[in-house]
Amino acid sequence: MAQKTSEQINEELLRPLQSTSLTYKLALVFFVAVVAAAGFAFSYQVNNGIGVSGLQRPVFWAFYITNFVFWIGLSHAGTLISAILRLCNATWRRPVTRCAEVITVFALSIGATFPVIHLGRPWLAFWLFPYPSERGIWPNVRSPLLWDFFAINTYLLGSVTFLLLPMLPDFALVRDHAVGFRKKVYNVLSLGWTGTPKQWHRLEMAMSIMAIAVIPVAVSVHSIVSWDFAMANVPGWHSTIFAPYFVCGAIFSGIAALIIAMALLRKFLHLEEYLLRVHFENLGKLLLVMSLLWFYFVVSERLTAWYGNEIFEMPTFWSTQRGDFSPLFWTMVLCNFLIPFPILAIKRFRTIAGCVIASIGVVIGMWLERFLIIVPSLSSKFLPYSYVTSPYRPTWVEITITCGTFAAMALLYMLFSKFVPIIAVWELKAGDPNMKVVREASLAPSAGQALPHGSEAGAD
Amino acid sequence: MAVADAIYGLFPGPDSAERAVNALRDAGVAADKMVILSPEPFDQYEFTHRDHKTVMPWLAMCGGIVGGTLGFLLARFMQMAYPFPLITGGMPLVSPFPTGIVTYELTMFSAVVTTVITLLVTTGLPNWKAKVYDEEVARGMVLIGVVDPSESSRADLESRLQRAGAAKIKGTGRFAKA
Repeated sequence: MAQKTSEQINEELLRPLQSTSLTYKLALVFFVAVVAAAGFAFSYQVNNGIGVSGLQRPVFWAFYITNFVFWIGLSHAGTLISAILRLCNATWRRPVTRCAEVITVFALSIGATFPVIHLGRPWLAFWLFPYPSERGIWPNVRSPLLWDFFAINTYLLGSVTFLLLPMLPDFALVRDHAVGFRKKVYNVLSLGWTGTPKQWHRLEMAMSIMAIAVIPVAVSVHSIVSWDFAMANVPGWHSTIFAPYFVCGAIFSGIAALIIAMALLRKFLHLEEYLLRVHFENLGKLLLVMSLLWFYFVVSERLTAWYGNEIFEMPTFWSTQRGDFSPLFWTMVLCNFLIPFPILAIKRFRTIAGCVIASIGVVIGMWLERFLIIVPSLSSKFLPYSYVTSPYRPTWVEITITCGTFAAMALLYMLFSKFVPIIAVWELKAGDPNMKVVREASLAPSAGQALPHGSEAGAD
Repeated sequence: MAVADAIYGLFPGPDSAERAVNALRDAGVAADKMVILSPEPFDQYEFTHRDHKTVMPWLAMCGGIVGGTLGFLLARFMQMAYPFPLITGGMPLVSPFPTGIVTYELTMFSAVVTTVITLLVTTGLPNWKAKVYDEEVARGMVLIGVVDPSESSRADLESRLQRAGAAKIKGTGRFAKA
């Protein structure tokens, strides 16, 4: 167990905020360039119409909605790690929570842009808002798209507050270590936090309430996203299992994203003494459980479709098992189960590198899973005359925008880690089982020892 | 907010801070005159157990109920607001399942908002000009002090803070050392 003084911890965790390496700057430029390219692609689509994408009858949902479901799923990392582990009082979570909560906020924000990107006329997105307009038209409450609107906004609010509230003491910490303009900015951000017992108690109480509230909201969000599909009478979609299947997949991909993010932070911000192997091992075990659960859901879903042998289900089913989409399907199974399972199940392989390899596989596999849910079903719906003759192919616009969102995620994460300690300093000090904070023994004078007014004692 | 007249000690950890609080209590310092600022919650120590009574969970629940009610009314209104009669084929105009989803989401939305507002109101945040504060708190020190003590009690208070293990003794306002 590492032993550090409070000030040592402050110094090490605030270091990334105080210096910027050349690698950081180069990476920043690269990600800004990719995001700018995605911005150009989107503006090209707005100018020329949605026809510049690969969407055509009958496949009207493809890359964009895949990305939407994928990013919303990824956002479950924060909820699982922070809220569930907080409620279970799993103390090992402490260095991990903020890394996870940040993923939630950014992934959710990115995911929420896709329904708008996907709109033929994105400037009319505000029609989703329930407000009294001169048109006298209200959004259709029976549309799952409107449920998405309410669910995602609630989850976003919950996640942002869940992230921001425990940042107040850390903003105060940065404030007290900063000078000049930065000090003023962090003073405003900290809301004048001082650390009275009342503030601490109310903060912890609020976090407990938020943890209780945010878990069912997270489950509801991905359930509702699944109902975007399951409520439609489309082969492969109209399934009662979709909600838990989607929630499971969301948590699965969320944990994988968290492991990758933690590994990158550990490497580039030199947090080796804080993000330990035990954190990766524990998250690896969670990933293993979710991998098994995901596999169980896939088998259940496929088995019932195959056994039912329903005439309009089977073309979709076989297109993924041995047809056009089978290479993607089997790659998905390889990435989500066949690679992660042995790596994570065998203790010797469950190293940091092993967990990262498994997680990269899972992120790729889960993106493919979202794609395979959407496109094969739309390619062969109920009317055989509308079956696609030429399979869906994404255009450069869709690919660029997709790459841009991954770059945007990296960019936002990098910027965040530049302005906020990526590990919650006070939470770490308050009870991380792998870090002993050295306090009185080396610093305090013995009781009864008199000190001159204003003098310092015992500090060595 | 003006800086308060206060004497305080900075303690390197919660054990000495606990001793200091007990010493100040023994000296007859009232709880509302005592200032305690810590860099961590230190839940396991008795000196942090002030002001623990809160109605925050109840307020969050009430906020949720209000939000849920408004959500239900909004969803109901959106389905009933059309100026022409909708043909629903015998199904209810206000569809229970979608109405339930909107109601549920706005219940949680309001519970979250109420929790945050309660947190800010009950802790007095934002408050950018604290009466008593020392940046040493951010460096791991626990600040234990007395606001507005009498001049005659100064020596006794300082002595008690020192005996409890203060690493530094400081004052603000009229107790600030020239």
